[in-house]
Amino acid sequence: MILETNISTQQIWKTLDQITDPEIPVISIVDLGIVRDVKLFPSPLVEKGQGVEVIITPTYSGCPAMDVISMNIRMELLQRGFSNIKITQQLSPAWTTDWMTEKGKAQLKTYGIAPPQTLSEKSQSNRIDKMLFNDEVIVECPQCHSKNTKLISQFGSTACKALYQCQACKEPFDYFKCH
Amino acid sequence: MSAQLLNYTLHLADNSLIMGHRLSEWTGHGPILEQDIAISNIALDLIGQSRNFYQYAAQIKGDGATEDSLAYFRDAHEFKNILLVELPNGDWAKTILKLFFFSTYQYYLYQKLIASYDKQLSAIAEKSLKEVTYHVRWSSEWVIRLGDGTEKSNKRIQNALEELWDYTGEIFVPTDYETDIAQDKISVDLSTIKNDWENKVTEIFDEATILPPKQKSENNGGKEGKHTDHLEEILKEMQYLQRTYPGCEW
Repeated sequence: MILETNISTQQIWKTLDQITDPEIPVISIVDLGIVRDVKLFPSPLVEKGQGVEVIITPTYSGCPAMDVISMNIRMELLQRGFSNIKITQQLSPAWTTDWMTEKGKAQLKTYGIAPPQTLSEKSQSNRIDKMLFNDEVIVECPQCHSKNTKLISQFGSTACKALYQCQACKEPFDYFKCH
Repeated sequence: MSAQLLNYTLHLADNSLIMGHRLSEWTGHGPILEQDIAISNIALDLIGQSRNFYQYAAQIKGDGATEDSLAYFRDAHEFKNILLVELPNGDWAKTILKLFFFSTYQYYLYQKLIASYDKQLSAIAEKSLKEVTYHVRWSSEWVIRLGDGTEKSNKRIQNALEELWDYTGEIFVPTDYETDIAQDKISVDLSTIKNDWENKVTEIFDEATILPPKQKSENNGGKEGKHTDHLEEILKEMQYLQRTYPGCEW
């Protein structure tokens, strides 16, 4: 095992970018916006060694992937020679799909999941109203790109997705909900 | 103060856990696949929220308690959930209406709890509110669909309403642990959200063409640990494995 000293947080971000979401294996946890911060601290356990703290936030409170993600982060960092690894879950500010990168959105689309739309110009309360009063968003079919699509159910195969159907090509597809 | 904070946190946790557990009973039994998935997702959100509250409660308690010990090793009289959530699911109409009452309450509660001086309660509320917004929307649509649907569906939701209405009063009757820390701006003063809840319910009922009973008696006690036998039944099933094989893991 190689002990990496003087490693930069940037390199750790790169490592974390290799870890994908267990339920959507095409998008990395960095592109998903789950990793909030990476901190290095002097580790008394290892001579000249550094400890690393990774701060993550769940997409949904009950997301069962979080435990697997934490474990995968730990495994990956252990392989890089870290032994003092701290993974902290942070709830506030609450995760939003606005933290998803453009690269991540493109990956979702290629995979067949319609990516969330960006609503960042909206204030948080407007956003909640929008969700509550059922302002329908126009979701493009990831297969044939038709905008003539229909909401089948607000709840899909995982907590973060809704189920749609394309009226043009008739394919059902998942839509990653704005959140 | 910290005893009241602990009780309050447990009350919020127990509400979400018991409601979530009840909804999870529908998994595999939903009327159609999409609704089975929907109700299971809502159950998952609620159980996730309860985990966040239990983790915090364990931290406040600080005697080696964990989220699991709080969920699996307390007896019925130690649970502080409102009675509404422990009632059996009944038919689809009753389940939906129960969820609608509960989610609407959570929706207004969490909006206020975000401003709590307690940072962790605020963070959990902020996180949960987004999820609960979907629950309100989904259950409202169903209340309208059933109420303003066929004669049969209207009758079913009307029956559900007769059964559940008396259990909604408890939501807004504060216990000592809620009142004491409301002054310190830690818990939510329930009188500040009662009107919002009533207005939302009236608005949806109007659209659903259903009417609540004129008389309302109040079935209270859940928040203080006085429960119906239904909670005992839930715990018997939910806690069975941990009580039989303490500490067992998947």
